Amino acid sequence: MSAVEAGAFSKSEMMIVAAARALEGQRVCFVGVGLPNIAVNLAKRIVAPDLELVYEAGVFGARPARLPLSIGDPTIVTGSTAVVSMLELFGYYLQGGLIDVGFLGAAQIDRFGNINTTVIGEYAHPTTRLPGSGGACEIAINARQVFVIMRQSRRSFVERIDFRTSPGNLGGAEQAERIRREGGWLGRGPSIVVTDMGLYRFDETGEMRLEALHPGATIEDVRDTIGWDVKIADDLGVTPAPTADELRLIREELDPEGVYTK
Amino acid sequence: MTTSKIASMRDAIAGLVRDGDAVAIEGFTHLICFAAGHEIIRQRKRDLTLCRLTPDVIYDQMIAAGVARKLVFSWLGNPGVGGLGAIRRRVEGAIPEQPLELEEYSHFGMVARYTAGAMNLPFFPLRSYFETDLPVANPLIRPIDSPYGDGTVYAVPPLRPDVAIVHAQRASAAGDTQVWGLLGCQKEAAFAADRVIVVVEELVSEDVIRADPNRTIIPGLIVDAVVVEPWGAHPSYVQGAYDRDNRFYLDWDPISRDEALTQAWLREWVHELDGRAAYAEKLGSERLAGLRPGPAPSGSVDYGAYR
Repeated sequence: MSAVEAGAFSKSEMMIVAAARALEGQRVCFVGVGLPNIAVNLAKRIVAPDLELVYEAGVFGARPARLPLSIGDPTIVTGSTAVVSMLELFGYYLQGGLIDVGFLGAAQIDRFGNINTTVIGEYAHPTTRLPGSGGACEIAINARQVFVIMRQSRRSFVERIDFRTSPGNLGGAEQAERIRREGGWLGRGPSIVVTDMGLYRFDETGEMRLEALHPGATIEDVRDTIGWDVKIADDLGVTPAPTADELRLIREELDPEGVYTK
Repeated sequence: MTTSKIASMRDAIAGLVRDGDAVAIEGFTHLICFAAGHEIIRQRKRDLTLCRLTPDVIYDQMIAAGVARKLVFSWLGNPGVGGLGAIRRRVEGAIPEQPLELEEYSHFGMVARYTAGAMNLPFFPLRSYFETDLPVANPLIRPIDSPYGDGTVYAVPPLRPDVAIVHAQRASAAGDTQVWGLLGCQKEAAFAADRVIVVVEELVSEDVIRADPNRTIIPGLIVDAVVVEPWGAHPSYVQGAYDRDNRFYLDWDPISRDEALTQAWLREWVHELDGRAAYAEKLGSERLAGLRPGPAPSGSVDYGAYR
């Protein structure tokens, strides 16, 4: 890798850095493979040194010595605090309420943060069969809050998702809050969406709102890649570019092969 | 003196896996028994219901080979790489003469199903599925009111496979089986199943098992056959013995996208080989040696002698 120059970074690196910074102050994070994995490991080095990494494969307090190639890479086991059965992981750690932040990706997301990772098209006759829930459905319900990390496009940010795999703010904040309260859910739902163009939070109506644009992205880019008339914060900010230190950590320690960051 | 349950892979599969069975080859990225899957393909078993949280490359191969009519699962993909072409073609209708029925849950739902099966319970309750389309897609996922009046949860039915196949680091001839690293839900699947095949990297004496009883996940009591098959989990991994062969998973992606390439791979690497030893030899010692990790031994504990 060449020396890190200010201003030279990829969109994936910006997504990772923005997600990592948002983890400041968090304690226990349910990690996904790929971009979330790098983001969480970066957060531990820059803003959340006490962050505990939980992997659905059954690991609490992982200390991966290399970039995990799958969600169950042996490097998450060696040197971890605890290896537990998946029954314990989902039952005690997640459903028991110990997870502060769960990361989810999505093939489709709507304005209220409801997520589809199951099918494009009809369930019985899909045009594209996607992986399905995995643990996403129960993470969305039981993690105290959910971070979503995904690239923007008209195919993925849609007015209506084809299948609801993981609940977000349902039809809006009022309905979601009532159902969560009545159902005894521990989770408060999605709190942040990080894309290759910006960072979104959810407003009082439960709808996604652009809070900051990443360097180089424009509001036109954002509108062109979202299938609804997206809300934009009055005090729209700009995400500070990755620092030299953040880029060095990503390129030299976390993803030296550039598997997820090119 | 307990009876030895040691069997060859050929005999174990021939004797314990029957056409039409529900078969669970479990293992969450770790300890996936590809060797057993390949033997099932070689023996041309038919109409199986394949159960597994994460139908990955081995189930893609088995379904391409035509052994299954149904898949019970929670996440479908080639982990860390992408999709599973053979399964997708059948689900998306590209091979109408080989339809594949799906019964779909979430990870926790599948774990809960095995647990209910192992515990002889009629269902298992969990706080999942609320406000999703999963109970619509699969009506076996049903809401149930708490008998204590404090809300609604979802129930999933027990899963009791006819056969569970578990790969492990080591077992005794009697079938007492020890695992370290990711545990997945192999224990639950084994206790839920009617028949259990254990496949191990190493056969050990009863003394080795008894020196570290906390590491035993499955007692020989519920095991029907012990197959000793080194490298039996390749290209997945065995903690402490070998790493995931990531090149294999990457190479599978273009093969799996093409039905003819998939069938050619099955001929070359499954049908034309007579077992795992031939498979390991064909892979080559250099490739396999490159998968050996460095050492990271656990500290030992003292159980104490109480006489």
